[in-house]
Amino acid sequence: MSPHSLYLAVIPAYNESATIAEVVERLRRHAPRFDALVIDDGSSDDTGPLAHAAGATVVKLPFNVGIGGAVQTGFVYAREHAYDFLAQVDGDGQHDSLELERLIATMDEEAVDMVCGSRFLTDDYRYPAPISRRTGIHIFAFLLSRIVGMRVSDPTSGFRLYNRRAIELFASYYPHDYPEVEAVLILHHHRLRMSEVPVRMYIRGGGTSSISTGKSAYYMIKVLLALFVGLGRRRGATDLAAGETLGVEQGI
Amino acid sequence: MQARIQLVSILGAAVLLLTVLELVRRRRLTERYALLWLLSALVLLVLAIWSGALAKISHAMGVIYPPNALFFVGIGFILLLLLHFSSAVSRLSDQSETLAQRQALLEERLRRQEQLAVGTGSEQSDESQRLTGAPVD
Repeated sequence: MSPHSLYLAVIPAYNESATIAEVVERLRRHAPRFDALVIDDGSSDDTGPLAHAAGATVVKLPFNVGIGGAVQTGFVYAREHAYDFLAQVDGDGQHDSLELERLIATMDEEAVDMVCGSRFLTDDYRYPAPISRRTGIHIFAFLLSRIVGMRVSDPTSGFRLYNRRAIELFASYYPHDYPEVEAVLILHHHRLRMSEVPVRMYIRGGGTSSISTGKSAYYMIKVLLALFVGLGRRRGATDLAAGETLGVEQGI
Repeated sequence: MQARIQLVSILGAAVLLLTVLELVRRRRLTERYALLWLLSALVLLVLAIWSGALAKISHAMGVIYPPNALFFVGIGFILLLLLHFSSAVSRLSDQSETLAQRQALLEERLRRQEQLAVGTGSEQSDESQRLTGAPVD
């Protein structure tokens, strides 16, 4: 990683006015090499202006397109502005931007295309989530680990660092509703490598999660469908990687 | 098939066919979506008129009362159309998402350029000219 590398931190935010300013300020203080980009996913509160006042670049989507579309906007931005690395950080304060340096170091040492912060690799993990949610995560982790042939302990974590190849890939196609699990599968199908780093995650500072408990079952079914359909898509996905110029249309 | 139900079937299929054609003529229905409608209206009309073919089909399917076979075919077309619409809606929502992303990124770039223009006092028109071009890089 050259000293001239460009780093972008993408913070998708939907009605996160309670926490967004602090997230941006912490990022600028603890990970100053990152440019902060807040994707305001059609918030009805003043998430956008608060993020702007805190010093972030703000891209405001005209309506709520969902987490997948919001994050993909960040990938497209990174591609157009020729960033070398993209970190995804949640807008609710779950992720500690101090740990971004560890993600960078791991990407450097292990020469992987994506590094994912995992809640489940530390010994002292006290991840405050309902048991149903944790069970779901472990089921995904089990299935995904089998499919990609390596241990993936926290496939739903949104605390991730991507390199240029992964940015190119996900700028052209990124899954929609609950993208994290499927994104790991897409990486695998394109023969990009990933690694995990233990991180700590915090209780949400405010706002509501994009996954309410009522939606957990829907989440499970949707992601399982995406996983199994994704398996059948293997060949087409690899062809996509072989193409030199990737249009957004192709991915759809 | 009884004469009365045959007459009703023919009338219904003919009205459907004419309605579709009229909508296409007025450009209220694009050809892309009209094709499946035209096909279903035509097949229904042919089966309604040509009762011999309908009788054969119903016999082959094990349906005792031929008009039921007509319903069966009709429901088949309805399912096909619904599937077609679901796929069209999916495509539209994908496209609108892509548009929203492009619009948001361009808006951000425009805001940045406007700030630059104000800062340097350069001509605004130059900036907007550049913005309409290809993405920078």
